[in-house]
Amino acid sequence: MSTVDDVVTRGRSLSTEQLLLIAVGIGVVLLVGDLILGVLDGSYSISRIGRYVTEGVLYGLIMGLAGIGLSMTYSILNFANFAHGDTITAGAFIGWGGTYLIAGWGAASLGHLALVGPQRGLGGPQLGISITSTPVAIFAGLLLAGVGTALFAVLIDRLAYKPMRGAGGIPLLITSIGVAFALRYLITFVYSSQSRGTTASVPSADLLLVDGYVSLDAHDGTLIAAAVVLMLGVHLMLQRTKLGKAMRAMSDNKDLALVTGIPTERVIRWTWMIGGGLAGSAGYLMVLWTGTIDWQFGWLLLLLIFAAVILGGIGSIYGAIVGGLVIGISMHMSMIWLPGGDFTTITAFLMMILVLLIRPSGLFGGKTTA
Amino acid sequence: MSSTANAERRTQLESLWEHDAVKIIAVIGAIYIVYALIGLILGYSLDGIVNTLRRMTYLIAVYGMVTLALNLHWGYTGLFNIGVAGFMAIGLYVTMILAKPADPGGAAQYAGLGLPMPIAIIGGVVAAGLAGLVVALPALRLRADYFAITTIAFAEIVRLGITSDALQQFTILGAELGTGGGRGLIRNYDDPMNVIFQLEIFSSFVDLTNSLFGFGPTQARALAYSIVLVLVLAGIYWLIQRTSRSPFGRVLKAIREDEEAAQSLGKDTNMFKIKVFVLGCALMGLAGILWRFRRTGVTPEAFRPHVTFYIWIALIIGGAGSNTGSILGSGLFVAVLFEGPQYLRRVIDHLVAIGDAPNTFAGAVGPLLSANPVPLVRYTFAEFLTLQFVIMGVALILLMQRRPDGLLGHREETAAAIPLGARPSAAGGGSGGDGSGGSGSSGGFAHSQPRDQHDGSDQQTDGGVDADGTGTQAGTSENSDSRVSSDSTDQPDDSATDGETQ
Repeated sequence: MSTVDDVVTRGRSLSTEQLLLIAVGIGVVLLVGDLILGVLDGSYSISRIGRYVTEGVLYGLIMGLAGIGLSMTYSILNFANFAHGDTITAGAFIGWGGTYLIAGWGAASLGHLALVGPQRGLGGPQLGISITSTPVAIFAGLLLAGVGTALFAVLIDRLAYKPMRGAGGIPLLITSIGVAFALRYLITFVYSSQSRGTTASVPSADLLLVDGYVSLDAHDGTLIAAAVVLMLGVHLMLQRTKLGKAMRAMSDNKDLALVTGIPTERVIRWTWMIGGGLAGSAGYLMVLWTGTIDWQFGWLLLLLIFAAVILGGIGSIYGAIVGGLVIGISMHMSMIWLPGGDFTTITAFLMMILVLLIRPSGLFGGKTTA
Repeated sequence: MSSTANAERRTQLESLWEHDAVKIIAVIGAIYIVYALIGLILGYSLDGIVNTLRRMTYLIAVYGMVTLALNLHWGYTGLFNIGVAGFMAIGLYVTMILAKPADPGGAAQYAGLGLPMPIAIIGGVVAAGLAGLVVALPALRLRADYFAITTIAFAEIVRLGITSDALQQFTILGAELGTGGGRGLIRNYDDPMNVIFQLEIFSSFVDLTNSLFGFGPTQARALAYSIVLVLVLAGIYWLIQRTSRSPFGRVLKAIREDEEAAQSLGKDTNMFKIKVFVLGCALMGLAGILWRFRRTGVTPEAFRPHVTFYIWIALIIGGAGSNTGSILGSGLFVAVLFEGPQYLRRVIDHLVAIGDAPNTFAGAVGPLLSANPVPLVRYTFAEFLTLQFVIMGVALILLMQRRPDGLLGHREETAAAIPLGARPSAAGGGSGGDGSGGSGSSGGFAHSQPRDQHDGSDQQTDGGVDADGTGTQAGTSENSDSRVSSDSTDQPDDSATDGETQ
């Protein structure tokens, strides 16, 4: 923003922001107060809140994992990638094709398995796919989802974005909408638009929480473990390797990075690979967790991931993780006051809009860490 | 001899082609001819062919309206709105709730307010405009991409809200209303076009279409409805064209090109942006109403983000910033990308026996190993309607890569009141004021206006606007020139440095 702009709008914009901030602050205080009072007088059961928080954390981990990739492309390539959601879907299908092939080898035709069971009949539940009964297939599938989507993301970059590398953020954003459209329906074309179940049920543990139980099953545990390992990996990669340093340099100042001799094109390729790989893994884990796969779950997740990334501050991977967790938990906590689950998504979108209005740089904004 | 005659004719044709109306008529005419031929190939009778063309007209008119409104946002002012579907939904839903009879009648339906249709339409348009105001007031300060995310999130909030069971039925001030939730609303009010259909003269229109095309009364009504939509489209075109040529519109273009320059000339750009955003949203609401208020009902599914992207594709085909382009883009989008694949499929189906397709992609690709592409072709054909969306996406990508300015986007719009091409050298108005007119102002603004820097017109665009934005659209040449020169003496140094510091 220029000085002229500042002078013109400072008085007004400050007051709007402050008003909004005060309103949001009052709202948060009221909600927290109501929560505490409700817990104290027993109208909100602690175990129910515990269940919401657990679900929110699991959901948030997926959004955080997928958000890292979105945040990286946003800060390094400088555009909001609307095709990220469909990359997630593509990754899930690629990975689950691998899992089906390994777990169901010989039980059905190769085509049926590689296409994640496009027709009714033999699917994941029938093949008995789960982390406890077919761990190898699950891990291989997760790996395939990561690697396959990484390569796929580079291919998309080569075809769609590379020819317009110099263009601004807006033309690239519009292009990514086209990519999203093409990708989503290409997935339908190949894998069919049938929604299907992918996993058999797994043993779960009921944890006692004051006045009830919170249940966690083996797939929840797998999701937590895999997400934490992947996030740690990205953290180490960015902090310890030369590539990570180059990425941070590029997100800070692209021209300066170029002048310093950083091979920007190679860094961009790695950005797509890491972002795509994480998106694919997140998609795979999402399907493992929910036990169903369909052609548009990634697209439906996309705006929530945007919410997470914007809340955390674009460019910060830690922001994306924290943002994902905050959005996930608030979405589920909103069901305390707005029952039925109709408003969870609306809550997340409203939070995102509020963050954009009050603090567009997000919670971790200003310090771009990757 | 003949070559000069040819050349003359060619220049004549070219100058004819320059007219916007000619372009629109030529392209729409070509679309009609192609679809008439398709109808002939498919063996349609005359009324079938005319009905196909009528459907095309209806779609082009509706998409044209929304694209024009979006052009006002993005093409003229640079407001990156990707929540179009939300504003259309608000317009239609409010209108339907206002118009539905207060006594629900059927068991599964929800009550409305039972207001007369014109009031309901005004209510819907105003509601869409107000929604635009709600979004614009806080969000306009945001960067273009954040603004985009805010608008699409808003549109999704609207869609999820009208899908939600919680709003399925609600009570405001004692009036029982409802959005119908996921099942949507059924139109249980009279056909809103009855105003026209019940005129005496309309029965002769029915007779006329019957004798000309063999239309029945229903088809005649549909035709009349499409004609009304075309008239509304023409009205919106005229409105936006007039807006864009007015001092108000020139400020909008200045904001798009360089908001700071516009501010430095004393324009309250925020106010302009809010006004234009509300106006565009209201028009989107109107288009949403006209799109579906005659149908038997509406569900929230009609307002998925797809609709927004259709409009964007149409806008980018035509070229952002050109109203003619918006209509051309809508025509081409509807004819080639929206309806085209389905008709192509029908024609192929009619001409060639394709045979049974394999059920899955694997069944289609597997035989390729034994060099048998037939199952893949059959599968592709069977899944053509899915591929249509892939084609749309690829078209958008290719347009952005190869022709981001669209068909008509990159042309200079002469906003000055005097002809710029043939400027008299000495005595003309160009250097009228104090000698620092035309060229001086160009130099001053060239830094900040990369898109139009070789042409002085847009520089005069900014200069020609009164401080309060209420100046007359086309003054006399002395009048407008003196404004240009006075502005250029006041401003060029500031704005030049402004441009360089960016």
